Amino acid sequence: MNLVTAFVSGLLFGAGLILSGMSNPAKVLAFLDVAGTWDPSLLFVMVGAILVAAFAFRYARTRVRPLFGHRIHVPGAGRVDLPLVLGSVTFGIGWGLVGYCPGPALTALAVGGHSTLLFVAAMVAGMAIFEVAERIRASHAEGPHVAAGPAGPGPTRE
Amino acid sequence: MRIDWLHFTPWDALAGGILIGLATALLLIANGRVAGISGILGGLLRPARGDIAWRLSFVLGLFLAPLVWLTMRAMPPAQIDHSPVMLAIGGLLVGIGTRFGSGCTSGHGVCGIARLSPRSLLATACFMAAGFITVFVVRHVVGH
Repeated sequence: MNLVTAFVSGLLFGAGLILSGMSNPAKVLAFLDVAGTWDPSLLFVMVGAILVAAFAFRYARTRVRPLFGHRIHVPGAGRVDLPLVLGSVTFGIGWGLVGYCPGPALTALAVGGHSTLLFVAAMVAGMAIFEVAERIRASHAEGPHVAAGPAGPGPTRE
Repeated sequence: MRIDWLHFTPWDALAGGILIGLATALLLIANGRVAGISGILGGLLRPARGDIAWRLSFVLGLFLAPLVWLTMRAMPPAQIDHSPVMLAIGGLLVGIGTRFGSGCTSGHGVCGIARLSPRSLLATACFMAAGFITVFVVRHVVGH
């Protein structure tokens, strides 16, 4: 059942990106171009999504476990650190160069032709570089015998 | 600043945003997971037992969304006119940056802000600022 809900959630998420126009890189770039002719649409997407999500997170706090699962994986408070800032700036530069962030790129993949395919392939390669870097870091920190284990922050940390 | 009234679509944007919020709510309450796309995709590169199938299902849903959409209505116009080199550089930066920064527009920008997470507020400010500056440099300084 949890696979069905994850699938439906992905479908809904993709439909939201298409309806809002965010699967179109040109529209995202028009939002980021405040000095040109500015299209504020993305701001409205954020407001709509954040309002609904805020209710969901508030409700989730009253639940012990999700409907189909053992626990609710919400990232802890965590501290502000350099990887967070440098990583986010790096992401923002790539986002500004092309106009795709991960969600819209995956959503546009089936209809976006070669350009989208190339972007997604490069994005996955970038994520793989992160995994390799994390493993090297972990093996330096904990000795070579644990190099094969999972490293760094857990996958639930967004 | 001039508003692009021709392409500004407040109602579709708001409705699309609400759909994204509902998708986030469903994944959170049904699966107990945060709908951060870079985290969900990146987690597939770090396979752990019992942690793969739901990620694949979600990504499959995203991938099939336009095909399901096309059975009901036409896709809104999309335009991407970048050189292959620019696409590859952009993709690499987005992949590396979202993983080191622990999130993207969905994980930090929507979920994190909805939870009022200080880390996500800062991350969102960083990638928004970097996006604004990058587009400014590309379009108005270098003069694309």
